[in-house]
Amino acid sequence: MSERLSVRKTYKLFIGGAFPRSESGRTVIVNDAKGRLLANAARASRKDVRDAVVAARKAQSGWAARTGYNRGQILYRIAEMLEGRRGQFVEELRDTGLGKAAAAAEVDAAIDRWVWYAGWADKIAQVTGSANAVSGPFFNFSTPEPTGVVGVVAPDSPLLGLVSVIAPVIVTGNTAVVVASEPGPLPAITLAEVLATSDVPGGVVNLLTGHRAELAPWLASHQDVNAIDLAGAPDDLAADCARAAADNLKRVRRPAAGDWTADPGTARMTAFLETKTVWHPVGV
Amino acid sequence: MPDLSTFAEAAISPAELRGFLRGLPPVDQVGAEERAARLATRSIKTSAKAYAIDLAISMVDLTTLEGADTPGKVRALCAKAAHPDPADASVPKVAAVCVYSDLVGEAAGALKGTGVGVASVATAFPSGRAPLDAKLADTRRAIDDGASEIDMVIDRGAFLAGDYQKVYDEIVAIKAECGDVHLKVILETGELVTYDNVRRASWLAMLAGADFIKTSTGKVSPAATLPVTLVMLEAVRDFRARTGRQIGVKPAGGIRTTKDAIKYLVLVNETAGPDWLSPDWFRLGASSLLNDLLMQRRKLTTGVYGGPDYFTLD
Amino acid sequence: MSFEYAPAPESRAIVDIKPSYGLFVDGEFVEAKRSFKTINPATEEVLAEVAEASADDVDRAVAAARRAYDAVWGPMPGTERAKYLFRIARLIQERSRELAVLESIDNGKPIRESRDVDLPLVAAHFFYYAGWADKLAYAGFGADPRPLGVAGQVIPWNFPLLMLAWKIAPALACGNTVVLKPAETTPLTALAFAEICAQAELPPGVVNIVTGAGETGRALVEHPGIDKVAFTGSTEVGRQIARSVAGTDKRLTLELGGKAANIVFDDAPLDQAVEGIVNGIFFNQGHVCCAGSRLLVQESVAEELLDRLKARMATLRVGDPLDKNTDVGAINSAAQLSKIRELSDSGEAEGATRWAPACELPERGFWFPPTVFTGVAASHRIAREEIFGPVLSALTFRTPAEAIEKANNTPYGLSAGIWTDKGSRILWMAERLRAGVVWANTFNKFDPASPFGGYKESGFGREGGRHGLEAYLR
Repeated sequence: MSERLSVRKTYKLFIGGAFPRSESGRTVIVNDAKGRLLANAARASRKDVRDAVVAARKAQSGWAARTGYNRGQILYRIAEMLEGRRGQFVEELRDTGLGKAAAAAEVDAAIDRWVWYAGWADKIAQVTGSANAVSGPFFNFSTPEPTGVVGVVAPDSPLLGLVSVIAPVIVTGNTAVVVASEPGPLPAITLAEVLATSDVPGGVVNLLTGHRAELAPWLASHQDVNAIDLAGAPDDLAADCARAAADNLKRVRRPAAGDWTADPGTARMTAFLETKTVWHPVGV
Repeated sequence: MPDLSTFAEAAISPAELRGFLRGLPPVDQVGAEERAARLATRSIKTSAKAYAIDLAISMVDLTTLEGADTPGKVRALCAKAAHPDPADASVPKVAAVCVYSDLVGEAAGALKGTGVGVASVATAFPSGRAPLDAKLADTRRAIDDGASEIDMVIDRGAFLAGDYQKVYDEIVAIKAECGDVHLKVILETGELVTYDNVRRASWLAMLAGADFIKTSTGKVSPAATLPVTLVMLEAVRDFRARTGRQIGVKPAGGIRTTKDAIKYLVLVNETAGPDWLSPDWFRLGASSLLNDLLMQRRKLTTGVYGGPDYFTLD
Repeated sequence: MSFEYAPAPESRAIVDIKPSYGLFVDGEFVEAKRSFKTINPATEEVLAEVAEASADDVDRAVAAARRAYDAVWGPMPGTERAKYLFRIARLIQERSRELAVLESIDNGKPIRESRDVDLPLVAAHFFYYAGWADKLAYAGFGADPRPLGVAGQVIPWNFPLLMLAWKIAPALACGNTVVLKPAETTPLTALAFAEICAQAELPPGVVNIVTGAGETGRALVEHPGIDKVAFTGSTEVGRQIARSVAGTDKRLTLELGGKAANIVFDDAPLDQAVEGIVNGIFFNQGHVCCAGSRLLVQESVAEELLDRLKARMATLRVGDPLDKNTDVGAINSAAQLSKIRELSDSGEAEGATRWAPACELPERGFWFPPTVFTGVAASHRIAREEIFGPVLSALTFRTPAEAIEKANNTPYGLSAGIWTDKGSRILWMAERLRAGVVWANTFNKFDPASPFGGYKESGFGREGGRHGLEAYLR
């Protein structure tokens, strides 16, 4: 008796809530740790970057206008959906070469990270905002606001690292265009399937697979991108991207060696927040 | 928006009046006070100061409004009004003497031929709490005794209760009683509290026929302030722009020093404009101010600081 | 006869300008090989020869700052740093009249502003950050926040001493040492501040002042020995600096240009709005990055508002910066004046209508009358480019949504103004304006406790308040 032949998944891009192939028609071969073919993943082009930025921009004001409570619920929903697909992610991580226990631990940590960030949605303003005691008859307050569209060059940690850079960007109301890990792109696309079924509005997260060195510079130079997180960019690419980002004064978060399992703190959120200060006279 | 030219003659409905007053642009307290404070930093020196001091003297409504006022006190005040500095004939006379209505006859007699006006407070000054016929009688008596100007108070209670029509009708009635006699309408801004109310009351008084709008009775604190006067000057400026009719302004109460007076003149100059820089259009209701003006004037002409002993105390 | 204000000049006798000034490095004034002249823009009179720091001079200043950081200032307890800053604040208050006069002479701004706005804010800024120096653990940046090291700071000419305060006070409070370059047209108050540091017995090398122009600035921000670059100035130079720090570990904050919309609704407190518009664009001759240079007025009230505005503009007194009654002083430099003229001419050429009150301008010096353009279209250069002068561009809108759209339609995002009596509309507008500072029913207000800084191409990072500490801590 022969074993049943499995149905393989086509790994495509995730742009504006849809799963298109790359407009270039090109793919990259993704093998497992033993060298067996896992997929021909889409190899995104500069035009896919362009389309993803359009989608992210379109979604941004609506996403930012949601209440913090609502965004928090949606991020928590992502954790729920991820939990439901726990086994699948463990398998995909094992394909990248992780042992069974390590893969399981990484998936657990990724789920927990969504939960952690979900709770920040309606609290970050209380931590980073302030009422300012100015010397005069004015009420003066500062509140954090999302920077806008954030380009993210994801680190190689294919799930925990990815979640750890996306969640802090979107929880505050930014939208993201993410270049996934180059060696481990498949969990990113499976994560996109989770996002697509978690009430995350289309365009809030856009995921591109392909070559970092090909895609990141287009994100860095794009005039309608407000900030860029270079977490997964090697030093020379990061420097080039930072230079290109200067053209429209993008906020740049440089790569820094870090342990993705550590307490993330608030720095990744505040890196992509603007402080708005409002004055109003106090009188009768 | 109602046609303003008909306001004074034709009856307008209370709702129309309320709608109009509420439709006036609001006043932001902090911004108005900031503007007044900034104008108060103007530095008026030498020739400008000399000009301002004489102008201020000519704008003074020399006032006594005490229960203890007597004919003798009023006669002394009138003498001072006509010749503020007997030692210096170049000092201008003041604009008017302001007294209670029962002392108008005394003042009119003393001021005959001097060109100094006789202003009488009327209409149950300072509270305004009396029936209309009493207010009218008060006014009539003052005019009969020789008042050339009537300083009436509005019914602040009615204003604060939103009964603008009652306030309006009273002013119209008093104005009718006045005829050609100049009517100054005292808003008592210290009781109106907000600048929005000051602006509305200013327009209400102007629409009803006031010749002057005046800040205060001097019996309520705060009396005149720079920002209140600023708001009233904006009102007369805007009223003239819309109707062609020029209305005067009189801050009263609390103006004691030359420095204060000059701040008011700067306010007039840069808000309503130079057209208002005359006793016909701007008055300072005060009592002790005059001596300080005289003292500063002498300092400018002699270069020596004076002392209160050299100026009469009436 | 009319009420003409006689001249009321503030006395110059209180300031003692030396014929020449050196660089302030390691606690001493030192010579440089080259020098440049600084002039009084109101008279074109040469005020002093000022040393021009070379790359080597900058190198010595950075080395001095590093030594002071390692040996003295970095290890010093916050309570002690605080006391030095309080001392500096007091010295500034004690010498504020002198500094105000000096600022007006070197910059051209009216004495009323240097006396009533700049100097009080300078002292207040040092007082505010002095108090933070020993409380950094409570600022929300971790339990043991550390200074960055040596900060290279480059400031503009529009608020010379105030921008110095915005840069130096938080840097020192957090335990950093600094090398600061003032603008080449306005170096004198920074050099007076160097004296104040000496009078406060601040340890040598904690504050170093290197004077010079663009090359000196470049040598400073590109110096490998600094850990932090803070710049206030044009967006174009900001871009160059952002490029130059790419690939380094230097931290960067930028406070750049702006083209703020000042939005007036038909229910606004109109008289105060007129004051706010005047204060928004004519304050400091419009040499203000957050100036309200685009007036967006609701069409239903446009005519009335513009009439009132013009009447008010006619009362502005333009002239001698040292006259206490001057409202609008001199343009800071010939170069700036020609830029203002060029952009204003383009406004007329593109079809907008220019209006300025009749005012007599002095013959010598750099002057430009307060000017408003009406009939401006969003596409005109005067509606898009920063003029940095006393020139207002008036546009109209019909609905709140259109006002937001027009206000945000710019690469800049520093500030914005809203004038309306309706509270819910203020909050609705404030939420949607992409700008770091929103003034509602007021304009151009500053306070050391209030964070200031831009969105988009107006830069990043905040100065002022608790937020201002972040730029100088790790």
